[in-house]
Amino acid sequence: MSDKQEIILEFKLKASCFDGAGEASSKVKRVLQQIGVGAHVIRRIAISAYEGEMNVIIHSLGGVMRAEIYSDRTEISFEDQGPGIADVKLAMQEGYSTAPDYVRQMGFGAGMGLPNMARCADKFEIQSKVGIGTKIKMIIHYI
Amino acid sequence: MKLIEVQNLLDAQVISGMEWIGREVVTVFGADLMSDVLAFTNESTLLLTGLTNIQVIRTAEMSDLVGIVFVRGKRPGPEVIELARVKNIPLLATKHSLYESCGRLYQKGLKSCPQIGDMP
Repeated sequence: MSDKQEIILEFKLKASCFDGAGEASSKVKRVLQQIGVGAHVIRRIAISAYEGEMNVIIHSLGGVMRAEIYSDRTEISFEDQGPGIADVKLAMQEGYSTAPDYVRQMGFGAGMGLPNMARCADKFEIQSKVGIGTKIKMIIHYI
Repeated sequence: MKLIEVQNLLDAQVISGMEWIGREVVTVFGADLMSDVLAFTNESTLLLTGLTNIQVIRTAEMSDLVGIVFVRGKRPGPEVIELARVKNIPLLATKHSLYESCGRLYQKGLKSCPQIGDMP
């Protein structure tokens, strides 16, 4: 597959729609398996995509997840419609979370999401403005 | 250790995925926090948990886990079982507690996952 034959997948993510949470990441994972990307790399992509997908569903007012699958890498990006993160540095710390109790009861909101995404990705960028929204871009290379 | 040996050690029932009972388990992780499962496990890990929602299956799917054992007599609902079936994730259920279950498996040589600091 050359760079010109990239596969682009885009998913709308609805706020608090927990039943469907993970479906977007699952579809990305399936495409990566079909084109023969290594299992270890797929695992990193799937985990970081799923963490991001959960973050948008838990914390935002809704947003979009986009996966661009190339011959040598996958780029995953998220863009949500707020409320934004006041202190991104603090949000990147392991264990820091603003998730409500009902989210913790589902097994999330332990403050591991953003740090785990950064760890899984080769490149991780986050921009956030309070009242506007958060943008995240991750790049994961296959080799 | 094979999953079928885990089943025997935990007096567990296979809820679904009997065809995967021969899978090899290398490490075990016991948690109700899926965030930690996503951060600390690897692809040869068996998950022991008391949580039975759909996110447990999604977490296992993304993390390529070997399977899931529900502890403390917990049972997932039909839609959770169905997703696990579609994703080829075997589900087991035991009446033992998380502590007791982990202890039984640890005693027979199954180790925990390497912590983040130990990862390459």
